[in-house]
Amino acid sequence: MSGHHQHERAGRTTSPYAARIRAIEALLLEKGVLTEPEVQDSISYMEARSPANGAKLVARAWMDGRFEELLLSDAKAAALQLGMEPEHPAEFIVVKNTPGVHNLIVCTLCSCYPRAILGRPPDWYKSFEYRSRAVREPRAVMREFGFEPPEDVEVIVHDSTADVRYMVLPLRPLGTEDMREDELVELVTRDSLVGVNVPRS
Amino acid sequence: MTFEPGDNVRVLPSEKPGHVRTPGYLKGKAGWIESLVGEFPNPEELAYGFSGKPERPLYRVGFRQADLWDDYEGPAEDCLYADVYEHWLEPGEGAPT
Repeated sequence: MSGHHQHERAGRTTSPYAARIRAIEALLLEKGVLTEPEVQDSISYMEARSPANGAKLVARAWMDGRFEELLLSDAKAAALQLGMEPEHPAEFIVVKNTPGVHNLIVCTLCSCYPRAILGRPPDWYKSFEYRSRAVREPRAVMREFGFEPPEDVEVIVHDSTADVRYMVLPLRPLGTEDMREDELVELVTRDSLVGVNVPRS
Repeated sequence: MTFEPGDNVRVLPSEKPGHVRTPGYLKGKAGWIESLVGEFPNPEELAYGFSGKPERPLYRVGFRQADLWDDYEGPAEDCLYADVYEHWLEPGEGAPT
């Protein structure tokens, strides 16, 4: 194992799961199923993806109505247009928040997430607590994240149970009409792309 | 395709074991077809090394939260969408929502 490798994972050495994964990885390398460069490529792939990609898609959609239309009708094509590589086989659907509708994303069965765009999901997204409560009491979950949709706003939960990965197009915050696109990008948080909260304002 | 957007459907209350992609809380529940996502290799077979062919239609199915949970805290309009394979659905009762 290279020094770089060890440095990357230094923080997780005590977890029994991490130990198990390292043992499996060592076996796969030893048996020639995987090579070290393949493991590194895979790590680089995931690390090149982050919520910043989602923020760019959202800010462009806020600035450009035609891009928003494309993002909502063919999210992979929209991502390609901004130089992202949504090559993951899963479908990618973006759902739009409006003054009357707020969307929330969860995967109750596992941890489906648009990784090809946003990278790895946060740990809480994979927790049993989030996965079980987001479908049953979404409004209580959002309150705990610091956001309370008004009673007259319809909350729609999307449970990505199969071959679709979802991302939220949040509402553009009020008072941001004069902002440039690069300033808008800074307002879009990962939490707002999952729907547990709204962008900074 | 068996179902059209707007059709009422019910999720089969099947206890089929294995890598099923239909969560337990939806089994036996009534909802409606929102849209067809497309056709995909059947994940219940892919998971065990089979081809998953023929591909199965996958729908986005809508449910009213109040129909899923007796003690749901939010307004009656709140709903939930899940992706459900056609072989987990049967025609539901009543007019399309």
